[in-house]
Amino acid sequence: MSKSDVTRRGVLKTGAFAGTGLALPTIFTASSVAAYTNAPTGGGVTLGFNVPQTGPYADEGADELRAYELAVEHLNGGGDGGMMNTFSSKVLKGNGILGNKVQYVTGDTQTKSDAARASAKSMIEKDGAVMITGGSSSGVAIAVQGMCQEAGVIFMAGLTHSNDTTGKDKKANGFRHFFNAYMSAAALAPVLEKLYGADRKAYHLTADYTWGWTQEESIAAATEAVGWETVNKVKTPLASTDFSSYIAPVLNSGADVLVLNHYGGNMVNSLTNAVQFGLKDKQVNGKNFEIVVPLYSRLMAKGAGANVKGILGSTNWHWSLQDEGTKAFVKSFGTKYGFPPSQAAHTVYCQTLLYADAAERAGTFNPCGIGEALEGFEFDGLGNGKTLYRADDHQCFKDVLVVKGKENPTSEFDLLEVVEVTPAAQVTYKPDHPMFAGGELGKCNPGA
Amino acid sequence: MDAILLQILNGLDKGSAYALIALGLTLIFGTLGVVNFAHGALFMIGAFCAVTVQRLLSFSFVTIDETKTDFLGNPMKVKTPYLESWFGPELGASIIDWSVPIAILFCIPIMLLVGYIMERGLIKHFYKRPHADQILVTFGLAIVLQELIKHYYGANPIPTPAPEAFKGSFDFGVLMGFDPNAIIYPVWRLVYFGFSAVIIAAVFAFLQFTTFGMVVRAGMADRETVGLLGINIDKRFTIMFGIAAAVAGLAGVMYAPINSPNYHMGMDFLVLSFVVVVVGGMGSLPGAVLAGFLLGALESFSSMNEVKALLPGIDQIIIYVVAIVILLARPRGLMGRKGVMEE
Amino acid sequence: MFNMEKRDKKLLIIIAVLALLAPFALNPFPTDSAMAQFNAGYPDLMQRFVIFGIFAIGFNILFGLTGYLSFGHAAFLGVGSYSAVWMFKLLSMNVVPAIFLSVIVAGLFSLVVGYISLRRSGIYFSILTLALAEMSFRLAYSVLTPITNGETGLQVYTNDPQILMGPDSPTVTHLFGLEMRSSYTLDIAGWSFDFAVGYYLSAIIMVAAFYLSIRIFRSPFGLMLRAVKSNQQRMNYTGLNTRPYALAAFVISGMYAGLAGGLLASMDPLAGAERMQWTASGEVVLMTILGGAGTLIGPIVGAGFIKYFENIFSKINNSVLHEWFGFLPDGLENGVIWVLEHFVGSGWHLTLGLLFMLIVTFLPGGLVEGGQRIAKRLRRKGADDDDAPGNKTPAE
Repeated sequence: MSKSDVTRRGVLKTGAFAGTGLALPTIFTASSVAAYTNAPTGGGVTLGFNVPQTGPYADEGADELRAYELAVEHLNGGGDGGMMNTFSSKVLKGNGILGNKVQYVTGDTQTKSDAARASAKSMIEKDGAVMITGGSSSGVAIAVQGMCQEAGVIFMAGLTHSNDTTGKDKKANGFRHFFNAYMSAAALAPVLEKLYGADRKAYHLTADYTWGWTQEESIAAATEAVGWETVNKVKTPLASTDFSSYIAPVLNSGADVLVLNHYGGNMVNSLTNAVQFGLKDKQVNGKNFEIVVPLYSRLMAKGAGANVKGILGSTNWHWSLQDEGTKAFVKSFGTKYGFPPSQAAHTVYCQTLLYADAAERAGTFNPCGIGEALEGFEFDGLGNGKTLYRADDHQCFKDVLVVKGKENPTSEFDLLEVVEVTPAAQVTYKPDHPMFAGGELGKCNPGA
Repeated sequence: MDAILLQILNGLDKGSAYALIALGLTLIFGTLGVVNFAHGALFMIGAFCAVTVQRLLSFSFVTIDETKTDFLGNPMKVKTPYLESWFGPELGASIIDWSVPIAILFCIPIMLLVGYIMERGLIKHFYKRPHADQILVTFGLAIVLQELIKHYYGANPIPTPAPEAFKGSFDFGVLMGFDPNAIIYPVWRLVYFGFSAVIIAAVFAFLQFTTFGMVVRAGMADRETVGLLGINIDKRFTIMFGIAAAVAGLAGVMYAPINSPNYHMGMDFLVLSFVVVVVGGMGSLPGAVLAGFLLGALESFSSMNEVKALLPGIDQIIIYVVAIVILLARPRGLMGRKGVMEE
Repeated sequence: MFNMEKRDKKLLIIIAVLALLAPFALNPFPTDSAMAQFNAGYPDLMQRFVIFGIFAIGFNILFGLTGYLSFGHAAFLGVGSYSAVWMFKLLSMNVVPAIFLSVIVAGLFSLVVGYISLRRSGIYFSILTLALAEMSFRLAYSVLTPITNGETGLQVYTNDPQILMGPDSPTVTHLFGLEMRSSYTLDIAGWSFDFAVGYYLSAIIMVAAFYLSIRIFRSPFGLMLRAVKSNQQRMNYTGLNTRPYALAAFVISGMYAGLAGGLLASMDPLAGAERMQWTASGEVVLMTILGGAGTLIGPIVGAGFIKYFENIFSKINNSVLHEWFGFLPDGLENGVIWVLEHFVGSGWHLTLGLLFMLIVTFLPGGLVEGGQRIAKRLRRKGADDDDAPGNKTPAE
């Protein structure tokens, strides 16, 4: 019998895979095995892919899973290697991670923080996962990140856009590749000024929960900085399916821009409703009325159909980029699945490679070693240009794309066109920026 | 003033959707005494009838266009709907454009059939069972139906636009002497309001003025006596179930252009429709319609900025606040009959 | 103290033994076997089994005895969780004050909700509870964020006051120093069994809660509640006011829910608003009916059933299926997997929905009735003459 803070089952499992065989009865003692949670004992290493498989974000979750499977294939030396070939760090050899074959388990977050934590816990306690990754909303990401910190495993965040993930809720064991609300706003504001002028009056509709608020705060601050006036900020209930009563008064408020701080189903519905009200065809204050969606997702934009045409927003990545990394990734993803990857798929693929690379460079799966390897790591070739994983808050700093709904799409995937690639320097902020203040990374926790 | 008029308009529109969904539910819930948690799923299936018709009409063949390339750099596969090749691009495209109205015709027989199968195959066995069992079985059915839809159509919303002719919005303000753009409302939502009014009137007329309706009403009031008179009330109730399903389905078809249908839209409306029916009073059709419009209007007013400034978050909970107040003031909702679903 | 009927005593002992041996019983398959996917004996899930068992036992005291169908019980679980996490934030990570406060707060909250809702009966009561609970959820998610931390969920930060926290107090939830997440792992041959402190604390409380519910079922108070169910009007005619009895049952079941919420937070100090959503309230209704409403053991069985599917079936993915059916010829393998993948992984909801329908259609008394039928058949095989009427009473 052994006393420990987490189970050793994973050890046992991977140990068995390696064919070490187990004498009867086998007795483990914690100290003799390893100094961190779920240390692989040779042969295989298990990663936990925790994505929404039911609920409104199920399609996004499914796309993330595809990317994870692709990443595992590439790490284990299968397929064409994808972005491993374009990645600036060359330590990954296609022989797994540190010589361990990569295995994975999947779970359903249901986009609920409770269910997501339960699922992540089962991966850690039952399956011996040494890293958890995934998610399609900030509430879930923050909840799971907190749990991984306690359990002593690394969390590589999936799609999470709230400032809080690497702001007041940042954790030493958590890392985010995806951009955030502040960066969206910083990238959008200059483009908005250039296209729509500095003399604009904005009306905000905001999903009434933490992500919506950080998004609203960021974009309002950034647009006010270029001279826009904020006419009104209206919170809409998360459970809303029909936004007509919020959109109806917009036209008569004196505003000439509507900013929709919504995501997912909320975004699809509020945008559809706004277009129904004919806002796009109106003239206010002698200018064309404009609609802005600060955070775009191509998968979700598809749900809004023709309504996205001409509407500006920002995105972490888009498959139509022409750099070598993007081309390699789109090619291997598209060849395997028949359609281009979404930004969610891209970010989780990158996160998996980044984790593997960090483990390889650190020479260990110990979360502290991996954290050290990722902190301040500069890389290129993963589709976003030169990128820095900042040590102060574990946020990636890279170029942000400002995109627009395409007027004449040539295919069902061709919904967005890139208007501008905002350089990383322009979206970088100080670690102690007030929108990100209040939290502490703390110390890395290796678990056992 | 114009803001209030606008919200009245909006309340009527929201209310018409609520009333239409609640009407079907109260037909089943208040008359047959079955707690149908699958009613939201019927609404959702209706909306997916529109999606299906749109898919069927735009069924395409693939040609390869060598001049363009797809995202992988291969020659682009171009899809052309058969309709466009048969009737010419313009007529074909306009038929596809009209897929939602066409779906109405397609939806009625489908929903009648769905309702019939549901009642005969499943609900029939649960008339004498406790309400709790009815909840469990219909909730299970709702999950199965929505998972099947999710499997075939995915989890993301699917755009199902209204015909071009109904796009854009109508300026009421100008008619009433306000400035342009003061009171505008989308044309399709006005169509939805009119459509609901017609359906609601038709259901009432059917129950009020036909012999069939008379018998059903008698059966609702006193099922046993009607049975004793030698009338096969069960058969009529089966038909009523089909009609209720059709009403829910029609509400869904017409709703598809307002918000893109997704597989969980039924669950989103389920709780709301129960609240509407209960606030209206069990067993009362006019009650359900009245409650639908009332809650729709109050929800619209509560989302006005002036109201929200006074009571933050009121628009989140207004429906429930109203429900509680009404149920405490009137024991059986607005127009409920004594003894229905009270035990 | 245990002056209970023999049958009840037997049931209590069975529950206690099952709770004690759950780490073995739930891990029947060797860790590296293909069937290990179905093992449920890891601490987090076992804790969920017993905690949701407590929740359902409490719900059954209201629904099973009085027939009042509450659609808002998740709200009590939610406020229980919030109170517990607030205790962690303000005092220390010791679970005792947290659990204590969560029961009290949930009790007070259920007193208010019960007082309002019990003015009506039947469906009107259900909608009142639903409305009050859904209001709590929506406010917790939005305007009450300063108290609930909204979407993210309430959690403990290092800069929280924690006034009772000494310099070397544990920073994870503990019972006077005994950390909830610490566990012993026993490895025998290919098997591996976990004995977690958190699980055993929850399990002991669950057994106590179960014992209490037996006592309530068998007490004069329980009898009165049943009378409320069978004919409230007649009771009222006798001049007896039934409302205080129903309200008492409501508050007791609310406190059970608060206890479950406090325990959930003690095992994992995070309280999310979704715990209060109507779907969560609906889940406990489903657990109770599925297991067998009005029976003592049914709700626990129902809770285990639903949580098992949620946590085990949702984790079976395509590569697991390929591992299982790799021995089949390729065409057949793909066919089998094509069929099965609809029911596992992202399709786990479909399986659950189908099972709901099948069980309620063919086993009107829930899973408990299924168990009874099997037991009866076995017994009949054993001894044909042992079919006395006494055996037909439901195993309450």
